[in-house]
Amino acid sequence: MKTLVYIDHFKGEVQPASWEALGVAKSMGSASAVIFGSGLDALVKTAFEFGAEEVLLADEAGLLDYRVEAFASTLSALAAARKPDLILFPTTARTRELAAMSAVDLNTGVLVDLTGLSLNGDNLVATRPIYEGKLNERVVCSGKPVVATLRARAFPRPAQDPAKGGAVIKVEAKTESPTTVEGYEVAEAVVSVSDAGVIVSGGRGVSNNPSLTPPAGMDEKGAEIWRAQQGFKLIGELAGVLGGAVGASRAAVDGGYIPYAHQVGQTGKVVAPDLYIACGISGAIQHIVGIRSAKLVVAINKDAEAPIFKVARYGVVGDLFTFVPALSAAFKKKLGK
Amino acid sequence: MKIVACIKQVPDSEAKVKAENGQVSWGESPLVINPFDEYAVEGALQLKEANGGTVSAVCIGPESAREALKHALAMGADEAILVSDAALGALDTLGAARVLAAAINKVGGADLVTFGRQTLDDGSGLTAAQTARLLGWPMLGLVGHLKVEGGKVQASRVIEEGRQIVNAKLPAVLSIVQSIGEPRYPSFMGIRKASKANIPVWSLSDLGLAAPAAFVSRAELITPPSHEVVCEIIQGDSPEQIAETLADKILSEKVL
Repeated sequence: MKTLVYIDHFKGEVQPASWEALGVAKSMGSASAVIFGSGLDALVKTAFEFGAEEVLLADEAGLLDYRVEAFASTLSALAAARKPDLILFPTTARTRELAAMSAVDLNTGVLVDLTGLSLNGDNLVATRPIYEGKLNERVVCSGKPVVATLRARAFPRPAQDPAKGGAVIKVEAKTESPTTVEGYEVAEAVVSVSDAGVIVSGGRGVSNNPSLTPPAGMDEKGAEIWRAQQGFKLIGELAGVLGGAVGASRAAVDGGYIPYAHQVGQTGKVVAPDLYIACGISGAIQHIVGIRSAKLVVAINKDAEAPIFKVARYGVVGDLFTFVPALSAAFKKKLGK
Repeated sequence: MKIVACIKQVPDSEAKVKAENGQVSWGESPLVINPFDEYAVEGALQLKEANGGTVSAVCIGPESAREALKHALAMGADEAILVSDAALGALDTLGAARVLAAAINKVGGADLVTFGRQTLDDGSGLTAAQTARLLGWPMLGLVGHLKVEGGKVQASRVIEEGRQIVNAKLPAVLSIVQSIGEPRYPSFMGIRKASKANIPVWSLSDLGLAAPAAFVSRAELITPPSHEVVCEIIQGDSPEQIAETLADKILSEKVL
């Protein structure tokens, strides 16, 4: 099987699930990495280290900013010329639309957000969760090439070998796009809950610390947000000790405690960490569906009846403001930090 | 300004969805407007309030999908169209995009077309971009804020790394996310209006289309392994002691 693997990145910062896609492609045959942008020598090198046999590079200032139309046109022309059997992407916000548009150009289907992909003879066996993970389906695509996106952390990451290199092949860029990029508001720290091995999340309960006195002159809403931010500091510290990311429930995002990018659940991100620690999250079904793939769930909540305990392996009934710092301290000691 | 909101009907999030004789079953649970599509309707109504114009809601589905359209009408949409045809059973996203592009042309085109981020059932999140590509219009995905001025739209897109601010000329296709604001509740007057509304049904022949062939099809439904776990509540004399025990338990699971 001949596969093109699209390496998704933001100004050179790669979405690591791209390497997982490269590993899947290698396990089924030949794998060419596809990289669009400009000034990406480091990324090209890393693609070889993760197993790309060649890198198809469109190095062009007009592709510095991601604009889906230009990227789709470049990719579709490349695929039409190289005739791969399969085009693989990591599932990200960008690649869903990129895969969607390229499939229109190539008149084929997209198998999206797969959690399983393997080869049986010459046939691809693909599985994906549907109905928010309540069911899985095995799907087939009769078009050619097959276009597929792989869910982050559903496949093993291949070993990185710094000795590896290979040929870089120049790809012609198509830079025409009906959109222009005005600018970015980049978050202080990149939030990658989709890709995190450990997530510590906060919910509405994070604002619920009456012992804190907000600065004078704050109105009620301001004080609530201030309290919540003190709570999220504790959560951030625990996440820091564990090398993880900070997540949030919808209630916390709607409350204005933390940006939407952190939101886990139905209208936020579906995550698959090895460890998920839910602090002050009651566990609405819309949140639970986002953490189904977590390997180990731990819940900390004042309310012993909170539904989050039904999906948690370990629970602590208590006040997160005293318990979360205690847990950070315990891990610091045990992990030698 | 003419705005078309594309919506779908899905089983409610609370539904116990399961596989039954190779088919998806959701028991007695109600079918509702796809929760993500409520943002598409909300965004369309905000655009109308800011710029004037009309909002048309379009839905592909069986007769029962009228209820989802009525929800959009009750929220404030001006008209609703159901695209329904016995030959539309096994649409994939590209097929749905072809049907929607034809329906958008048949309503007389649009300045803006809004979608939700994805559906709750299939969850692909591809149809908006595919519709845009077929129409040849710009695609602005995952929009959290937007404004329209002088035939142009400026949108703030919620991306993994923060926000990307993009401009495009109208007409354009948008997918709209939660940051746009809570979808409004249908008003009493809106519900009355919706209950009396005439919702035309368009068939494939009304759209001048043959049934699109599906490239993607389901070969098998699989029930995932149960996620039920027994929760062990960690107890102790002090937060420190509980933390100590919990940390040991977590470390023994070898997830770090």
